[in-house]
Amino acid sequence: MTETINIFIGLVVLLGSLLSLVTTIGLIRLPDVYTRSHAASKSATLGVLLILIGALLYFWFADNYFSARLVLGIVFVFITAPVAGHLISRAAYYTNVPLWEKTVQDDLKTKERPKTKKEVEKRQKVHTEA
Amino acid sequence: MKVNDLILQTTTTLLTFIILIFSVYLFFAGHYTPGGGFIGGLMTSAALVLLLLAFDRKTIQKALPFNYLSIAAVGLMISVITGVIALFFDVPFLTHTFGYVELPLLGETALTSTLPFDLGVYLVVVGVAMTIIQTIGESE
Repeated sequence: MTETINIFIGLVVLLGSLLSLVTTIGLIRLPDVYTRSHAASKSATLGVLLILIGALLYFWFADNYFSARLVLGIVFVFITAPVAGHLISRAAYYTNVPLWEKTVQDDLKTKERPKTKKEVEKRQKVHTEA
Repeated sequence: MKVNDLILQTTTTLLTFIILIFSVYLFFAGHYTPGGGFIGGLMTSAALVLLLLAFDRKTIQKALPFNYLSIAAVGLMISVITGVIALFFDVPFLTHTFGYVELPLLGETALTSTLPFDLGVYLVVVGVAMTIIQTIGESE
């Protein structure tokens, strides 16, 4: 294992952990659910991907072992994390979680959001039956 | 209002295969690396639960017409039978053997009689987990 690849793997893992740190800062600092889920699903995905890629390269060059499980994990996280973010934001919007007060535009507003708790439950019931 | 679940359903159809393949891998890897019947069965039922989340129960029941209780029963039977077979060879109950067998296509393969026992565990775990989840899901 050469020194160059050592440094490269170190940089990749460091960048991944830095992105994870950025995610947590975003979760604390951002004002509402939607901006937070934006921070969480985007930078956390890339952070985890970079760390996993670093681990994959490390085992490849240090132990000469190509881990198919890590490749599968990378693909899996890459597909699932954004979908999870999408579903969380959508569930939040449908259950009337307010947008940030400085929001300028709400393109989904024309669909008339449910006002009362009863209407929310009715909508969820339709969802589970559909 | 009808909610559009297209993104969830499309990713589910893709991911279920990955999870199922990984669960089968875990099941067969159990002899030499971490894995085995229990965790493989749990992962299979996780894939089925993901399908249940994305689609409704009737569709899944049509696509996979299994009675999960009888799957658990069959698994228990397989495990007991692997134990009982040992009695016919004058060795204690649940004695397992190990050997190398020449298989077509696969070549020399290490086979052990703990594999059918593990298959029983796998089926019991899938059956019990899915029975629990479906009974809870059905009751109002």
